[in-house]
Parts: sequence; structure tokens; C-alpha cells
Amino acid sequence: MGREQYDEAIGNLKSDVVSMMENVEEIFVMAVDSLVAQDIEKARRVIMMDDEIDRQMERIEEDSLELIALQQPMAIDLRTIFSIAKIITDLERVGDFSVNIAKETMKIGEEPLIKPLVDIPKMQRIISGMLRNSKRSFIDGNISIAYEVGEEDDIIDNLYKDIYSEILIMIHEDGRYINQGTKLLFIGRYLERIADHITNICERIIYIYSGESANIN
Amino acid sequence: MGVKFEIKNLDLFYGEFQAIKDVSMDIEENKVTAFIGPSGCGKSTFLRTLNRMNDLIEGVTIKGSVKLDGDDIYRNIDVIKLRKRVGMVFQKPNPFPMSIYDNVAYGPRTHGMKKKSDLDEIVEKSLVQAALWDEVKGRMKKSALGLSGGQQQRLCIARALAVEPEVILMDEPTSALDPIATSKIESLMEQLKKRYTIVIVTHSMQQAARISDNTAFFIMGEMAEFDETNRIFTNPRNKRTEDYITGRFG
Repeated sequence: MGREQYDEAIGNLKSDVVSMMENVEEIFVMAVDSLVAQDIEKARRVIMMDDEIDRQMERIEEDSLELIALQQPMAIDLRTIFSIAKIITDLERVGDFSVNIAKETMKIGEEPLIKPLVDIPKMQRIISGMLRNSKRSFIDGNISIAYEVGEEDDIIDNLYKDIYSEILIMIHEDGRYINQGTKLLFIGRYLERIADHITNICERIIYIYSGESANIN
Repeated sequence: MGVKFEIKNLDLFYGEFQAIKDVSMDIEENKVTAFIGPSGCGKSTFLRTLNRMNDLIEGVTIKGSVKLDGDDIYRNIDVIKLRKRVGMVFQKPNPFPMSIYDNVAYGPRTHGMKKKSDLDEIVEKSLVQAALWDEVKGRMKKSALGLSGGQQQRLCIARALAVEPEVILMDEPTSALDPIATSKIESLMEQLKKRYTIVIVTHSMQQAARISDNTAFFIMGEMAEFDETNRIFTNPRNKRTEDYITGRFG
């Protein structure tokens, strides 16, 4: 492989990651939408679409390994390829948590919701913004965007705490809320974990472009 | 860890042409220091200033100072003594056309060692240190030219070790060797640095990355960057270093 083809291969690898980021964002938004609209069919599609994300991860992993073995990347190339291998693992976890949300949605089914969903859609909006911004930061090499995403994780943590105490009080007051209440608690937890994985991704992006290990979580 | 070589503001001219421009660096004792850079960047010339091999080239002038354990090698040290302390191994194995034994005994004999038992001991010790003893102990009187390329290069290392130097300079010591012989020399360097300070010029960045503790990147006679090897290859500070090691140079 000549130098131009090598540059092209790294460029392709990055495009594949961007495409995986877009797919993950799509199924994440769909998963929360399916919950809010109690749309079982949509929840099913989330589960199916996650398989493609897993395959994408495997392909990127293979391509990264091949570049490392055949091209012996150094400096920013090495940081990029190594970090991509970590980023796709975090993206895949975001996909898995989206599937978990879809599965809880299917379990809730058509049973009336115990409360109007306010904080969960709010978390959805913030998280999908975090995903878009981490993608932008990755494409542009703009690490200040990545740092900003880290700050948004704090908002998600606080919203999760609010949901947690609100549902706990409801369950405490009325035992009939236990069943759906715990499902919503899990969903809150999944959303909180998703935001953590996105901050991991941002830390990797900062490492690629600055060479510094950041801890923004 | 102590400093073996302290180089300050070194300039070197071949006639009018300035091959080394204001290089200052400390070379640490018992470490492997690698010099990398494109052809003609001055790295080999710089290596040769460390045991005054450039003195042999006509029209060379040197400014600045090179201190070995604090003594200026261009002012305060006899060149013969200097080259005993600072040995050298070249790109192509260059055994003398004589027996394996005589190759290794050559240096000690030149420095006045005559007793057979002393010579036997130093020859064996040097060959053991160069990881060649087991392969040649049964044919010490045979010509060194019958050895393989990798064995010849280890013989040259043994010959350099026989005068008990403190520093070993290596100018692309494995570029003429196959991967197995290269790997033997690289393992050997890891062993040798416990006793010696090693400075190596290499065109293989993977080799510099594998074996050295510190790496200096030279370009057009300047030392663009000098740092710990892991830093140079993961996160160099200088754009020119990054371009070179990622293959985007020029």
C-alpha cells in the first residue's frame, strides 16, 4: 500500500466510524421515541437495526487491525486507529442500551404510563445532541466541542437523579406502580450510562487530536 | 541516570557546507539513544562526531563542544584513548580477513595485551556478550569471512567490546541483515545497555521504536526533536517529526 492509499484507508476508516455514529444516533432516538409513543413495532425495528451496528463494529475492528499490522502507523495515525478501536466499543454499547430501552418498551406494551414522560424525552434531546457534537468534534478535529459534550453529561446525571427520586416516591406511595416504575428506573439508568459512553468517546477524540489523556467524565 | 555525552551548540562544516547546525543534547548513560531522519539529514555525521571519526575527513571543521563524562573530547582527550572508550559498529559487517579469534583479539593486542591467557579470556568474554560464543567456540581459528552476515556483525560487536569501551556507536548496524539476524542484534542491544551506553543511527523507525529509550529526529542538519522514544512515536511535539514518522514527509 502506497502512502496515498494509506491516507485513503485511514480516511475510509474514519468515514465508517462516522456512519456508525449516525446509525447509533438513529436507533437511540428511535428507542426513546418508541417508548414515548408506546410504539411496539418501532421498538422491534430498533432491535433489528442493532445487528447492523454490531456488524459495523466488527468490520471497523478488522480494518483497524489490518492497518496496524500492515502499515505500522505512528503518531497521530496510531492514536487515531487505536482510539477508533475504543470508540466503536463505546458506540456498540450505546446501541445495546438502546436495545435495552426498546425491550423495556415492549414489556410495558400498551399499558397506560404511570406518569407523563417529561425528563426522559429531555434526556433524549440532550443525548442525541451529545452524539451529534461528538461526531462533529471527530470529523473536524475540534476538541473544544468534545470538552463541551463532557459538561452535558452532568446535566444527564442530574436528570437521572430527579427521575430516580420521583419514581421511588411513586412506588413508595402506591405499590401498583412497582412494575412499570422499575422499568422506567432502568430506562433512566440506561440513558445515564449512554451519556457516560459518549463522554468516553469524547475523551478518545481529545486523545486523537491533542495526544493528551483527558478525564471529562 | 547519568549523562554520558553532553553536546553543546555543535556545528560541523564540510568545507563551506554546514552539515550539523547548532545541535545540543545530553546522551544518557546505559540507555539506547536512536538517531532517525531522512538521508543526508546529518545523523551519521553527528554520530561520528562522538568518537571523532570525522577528523579523518579533509576539510571538516567543528564548533561547539562534545563532552564525555565532562571532558571535552576535542580538547582534553587523546583520540586513540577516545576511540577505545567509544567503539563503533558500521552498517556493513567488516570483519578483518583473519581468524575469528584474531578479529576479537585485534583491539586488545593493539592496546598492548600480550599474554595468551588474558587474550583468551577477553575474546571469550566479548563473544559471550555479543551472543556469538556458542556458535563459534569450536572454530575460533577459522576465517571470520566464513561466518554469515548476522554472525559477522555480532563478531564486529564482539570486536568493539573487546577493548572494553563505555559507549558503542552503531551506524545502521542491521540494515544489511535479515529479520532473524536483526532480531538477534536488537536483543543483544537490550542486554548490552546494562553495561554500555549505546547510540544508534537507523533508517528503520520500527527499530528505533523497538529498541531505543530516547530518539532524536534530525532534518537538514538540525535536531528537530529529541525526547523519550514512546513520546516521539505516539505524540511528537514537532510537526516535522510527525510528518516524517507518519510517512508524510516532503
